[in-house]
Amino acid sequence: MNWLTAALGSSVGKKLMMALTGLAFIGFLAAHLAGNLLMIAGREAFNGYAERLQSLGPILQLFRAGLIGFALVHILTGLYLFLQNRKARPVRYEKDTSAGGRTISSRTMPYTGLLILAFVVFHLFHFTWTDKGARTIFDLVAAAFNQPWAVLLYAAAMIVVALHVRHGFWSAFQSVGASHPKTMPAVMALSWTAGGLVAFGFGLLPFFMLIRY
Amino acid sequence: MNKTINLTLKIWRQKDRSDKGRFETTPARDISTDMSFLEMLDVVNERLTLEGREPIAFEHDCREGICGSCGTMVNGRAHGPLKGTSLCQLHMRHFKDGDTLTIEPWRARAFPVIKDLVVDRSAYDRIIQAGGYVSVNTGSAPEANTLPVPPELAEKAMDAAACIGCGACVAACPNASAMLFVSAKISQLALLPQGRPEADRRALAMVRAMDACGFGNCSNHRECENACPKEISIANIARLNREFLHAGFISHET
Repeated sequence: MNWLTAALGSSVGKKLMMALTGLAFIGFLAAHLAGNLLMIAGREAFNGYAERLQSLGPILQLFRAGLIGFALVHILTGLYLFLQNRKARPVRYEKDTSAGGRTISSRTMPYTGLLILAFVVFHLFHFTWTDKGARTIFDLVAAAFNQPWAVLLYAAAMIVVALHVRHGFWSAFQSVGASHPKTMPAVMALSWTAGGLVAFGFGLLPFFMLIRY
Repeated sequence: MNKTINLTLKIWRQKDRSDKGRFETTPARDISTDMSFLEMLDVVNERLTLEGREPIAFEHDCREGICGSCGTMVNGRAHGPLKGTSLCQLHMRHFKDGDTLTIEPWRARAFPVIKDLVVDRSAYDRIIQAGGYVSVNTGSAPEANTLPVPPELAEKAMDAAACIGCGACVAACPNASAMLFVSAKISQLALLPQGRPEADRRALAMVRAMDACGFGNCSNHRECENACPKEISIANIARLNREFLHAGFISHET
């Protein structure tokens, strides 16, 4: 299996790992968003969804383990790439001007990534690893988003995630070699759409809960 | 009409590899706007020489934009502010009287500064040596239709072959990655039937050589294709990725 570690350990292989795990997270976000939007439908709909999800039992645990594994690969590889990239230019430029390629989201990928990690840990403590008592998950979320600071924090976090997704999505296509001048405009449009859905879909839910409940 | 301008150059001076280097400010007076950027540096160097000072070392050869020798950062842009233009083809009419220009060498761990604006680009040679060739005896020119090549592929291969190996992609990349250069060199051969038999071996060897030289990794910022004087597209980087992934995971090459 030497060939496997050699291929994955190369610069292109590391980018492949970033791309595949990243695309998996986008898939997760899509499912997560679809589930969360049931909050608009009301308490019963959302709690029913949560119960059905919990009843999956071992399958859910498998997905969780998979996500944690993917997260480890994505974070550790990302950090390694980030440090390697910094090392590749030991003397910085006195004047550094963009030729027109970089974007806010492409430049901030390592930082938005770390912010997302911090947010995910907080988010898990906030809603998953917490003593729910007799409350349903819907009531827990509604109570949490009664506090304006939580609403603002989640909305800000979603902008960070949207920035990360906007560059990460098309970047993944490029890294696996799937992008092509023919498909590039569509992939770019999709990455903006994915970023927009994250920002507005997830980002507006806390406001909805604050106003409605 | 002969228009002249006066500029201030904030220019990197470094005696040799071990010197720490520093910026030096020097005027560039009465520069004709018809001059190229390198001719402007020639004028400054003549004055420095007459003053008994060390002229600014910079690389140049053809001054026609085809050899890939020249290139520095001008105000933070590789080969200056003009798109699809090497430094020797950049004319002083694109600058205004009184401008201050910050002139720096390419900055990358894999491209150490030798003197002033001259960097050691032998890392590129090592990548080419690893596989940027076709190892068959070419002999005399074959009959034109022996190996049919569709015109679109020939065009793409020629677009990739336009790379002059100047190093601007590395210089402009926020990560100092050489992916655009390597992708052009892999693509120009991978697209043609003559290059196919060794495509897998070449992709593995050239990417490994690139990694060993200490370049950064591609983050898809696209600065490279915007800075490239030959406007090589990042579509070549996608092709490199395909070639490498095929070679690394599917082919018999190890």
